[in-house]
Amino acid sequence: MNKIFEKGGKLYWLHSSVDAFETFLHVPGTVTLKGSHVRDAIDLKRLLILVVFAAAPAALFGMWNVGYQHGLAMGQSGVHILEYFWFGFLRVLPLYLVSYIVGLGIEFASSQIRGEEVSEGYLVSGFFIPLIVPVDIPLWMLAVAVAFAVIFGKEVFGGTGMNIWNPALLTRAFLFFSYPNYMSGSECWIAFKKGEVAAADAFTGATPLALDGATAQYGTGFWDLFIGTVPGSVGETSVIAILLGAILLLWTGIASWKIMCGSVLGALFVGWLGNISGVTDIPFYMQLLYGGFAFGTVFMATDPVTSCQTECGKWIYGILIGMLCVVVRLFNPGYAEGMMLAILLLNTFAPLIDHCVTSVHVSRRLKKLNAA
Amino acid sequence: MSDIIVLKQGLDIPCSGEASLLVSKSMSPRSVAVQPDVKGLLPRLLVKEGDHVLAGSPVIADKKNPDILLTSPVSGTVSQVVRGDKRKLLAVLVEPDGKREYAAIDTSDVKKALLASGLWPLLVQRPYGILADPELTPKAIFVSAFHSGPLAACTEFTLGGEVAMIQKGIDALATLAPVHVGLDATRPDSPFAKLTGCSLHRFKGKHPAGNVGVQISHVSPILKGETVWTVSLAGLAAIGKLFATGKYDVRRKVAVCGPAAIEPSYVETYPGTPISEFAAFYGGYAEDIRIINGDILSGTAVGPDGFTASDSDQLTIIREGKDKELLGWIRPFRFNQFSHDRSYFSWLIPGHKWDMDTNLHGGPRPFLMNENYYAKVLPMDIYPVFLSKACLAGDIEKMEKFGIYEVLPEDLALCEFVDPSKNYIQDIIARGIDLMLKEMA
Repeated sequence: MNKIFEKGGKLYWLHSSVDAFETFLHVPGTVTLKGSHVRDAIDLKRLLILVVFAAAPAALFGMWNVGYQHGLAMGQSGVHILEYFWFGFLRVLPLYLVSYIVGLGIEFASSQIRGEEVSEGYLVSGFFIPLIVPVDIPLWMLAVAVAFAVIFGKEVFGGTGMNIWNPALLTRAFLFFSYPNYMSGSECWIAFKKGEVAAADAFTGATPLALDGATAQYGTGFWDLFIGTVPGSVGETSVIAILLGAILLLWTGIASWKIMCGSVLGALFVGWLGNISGVTDIPFYMQLLYGGFAFGTVFMATDPVTSCQTECGKWIYGILIGMLCVVVRLFNPGYAEGMMLAILLLNTFAPLIDHCVTSVHVSRRLKKLNAA
Repeated sequence: MSDIIVLKQGLDIPCSGEASLLVSKSMSPRSVAVQPDVKGLLPRLLVKEGDHVLAGSPVIADKKNPDILLTSPVSGTVSQVVRGDKRKLLAVLVEPDGKREYAAIDTSDVKKALLASGLWPLLVQRPYGILADPELTPKAIFVSAFHSGPLAACTEFTLGGEVAMIQKGIDALATLAPVHVGLDATRPDSPFAKLTGCSLHRFKGKHPAGNVGVQISHVSPILKGETVWTVSLAGLAAIGKLFATGKYDVRRKVAVCGPAAIEPSYVETYPGTPISEFAAFYGGYAEDIRIINGDILSGTAVGPDGFTASDSDQLTIIREGKDKELLGWIRPFRFNQFSHDRSYFSWLIPGHKWDMDTNLHGGPRPFLMNENYYAKVLPMDIYPVFLSKACLAGDIEKMEKFGIYEVLPEDLALCEFVDPSKNYIQDIIARGIDLMLKEMA
């Protein structure tokens, strides 16, 4: 690092930012001070860039789907796949720009204030945020929501690693409650150009969840939902693209399979209860394909910072998320999307679950040892 | 024959530079240092420069308990008293006269003999890893008969010929408390399997299976209010020699190893040998070399003007990793770096030994990954991240709850190695232990 950025230098106050760019370019020549004199080559940058890689299929599919849904709504046909993708790419790019410029700006500023190195946590949050919002969201709203989530969801707690709630989901929750008109209904999930109106004979573009299941006109078939050719938030529609990401996350061990399995089991269980009790006639397995369930289970619930730390806690946490998500869907038609609320609620309770698990573990162990 | 205790968690770090099983040199150093490097010992100097001492003559005493002595390993003349900041006593140098004269030590009472001979400080008391208190009667005394750490000395090679002495040592210590010995289950014909008068436990697993702390936690975990003592196998052999011959003889084989060591092999020498005597192994002194007393995970770095530690049989020499690596973290392969994590591909080349250096491979961050990421290299029934965070917060109650009594920093060394947030976990635990000592005093 240049001398003026070092302690005592004129521009020392900028050292966090300079350091961030420097370590982005190369692994620094820092050596261990003591203790373990050698270290594993793994660092947070590597772990988090892998999460971004894992979410990339969902993002790429999402961009294509934005174009495809637009085409359907306009009654177009015979459009080249790349044209769809290009349309979607141009619509999603501004969301990414806003997400990263606002989020990273705040992140850099707060690291500077704290005098710490800039953490790469927002690399992932910023990648997720455009994937879980409607593509037509006004950019200023997104900017406000990102600023809220990063400042009040993360920086006030001390930055990456200290936050209670998943910052990406907090962004969505902020939008959901502040600007409900833009976050629900049948219009917002499809991108329209200024002045465009859906072709008269085109389908209404509501997500399956907003259409009361059985009466949906299209896009509720198993394969449509599995492949993801339905309207919805940018990255959440394609279960198969999300599964590709899940494989990478599970293979590298970054995400916990216990949370993912727990969430799936919980959702299936409540969905099945709903079936046999007659609350809903949506087949229970379809709950896994609707809305943001898959995206939430794979990428949001498994966030290592805001999920449970203990192995037993991860099961409880995952199962409760799955159950709660479907409960919200079945009993609260006002909030069609239960996943976001379920995860945020369980984020809040994760430390409590951990506290209970560790307390039980410690007291049982003491009892065993005293008896021995 | 005891059952085998299988430890699933752990990690063997494939570092290059293992010492070949031969003694390349039997050293007669120009001077030998007596160092008060035992935690909890407040040194008081008993000699002055120019004094003549015998092997086993007291040089330093503990201020709190004057019965605890550090003695000279050789006979000769006190040549220098090395002091650091604020006149802190660092070492007393003794120039050997080459005669090997031993001070007479009465071995009729085990405790008195250990204290008078200067072997007492080899006993480490847990919790906290401090100088053993002679007034206490511990629950048990634990010895690990093998090392599992990276490039560690092979105890069968260094001490396989001294089984009779080790047996004497066990017989002596068994009069103080029951002795437990941890054996390597993969070596059923190990000479140490024939030891008697102690409980033998066999451990199978990756590092840290050979750490005595891990073995204790599987045999008889330390509860609040209990104490156990531990002693190294080389220390046990020295204790045996004292009771067999009446002499203070701590000469031992030391593995000189590491990726930067030239022709790594064993040497026979005294603890407290000046590092400069090892110049042949590191080719004089180069700035970009780090010399470590102990292993790369939990040893302490010494400069070329330092000395080998009082109770270590390993000296590791590695390169300082000051080079910057362009876009290292995003490069898909990076086959020259070892990582236990599947995000890299070093798992594709099993058996490869890596030329490791001291690069941190990242910047310090708050804890981000959860328990299991660390717990999979820690075969103990504790939560490493919760314990570390309790130590950081200085919350005594939580530290107790999460098992501070059972661990020493070295037990969590692998957690520190794998940590992607690059925390100094051993240092965090050490500070937690210091806080416990202060609060519990």
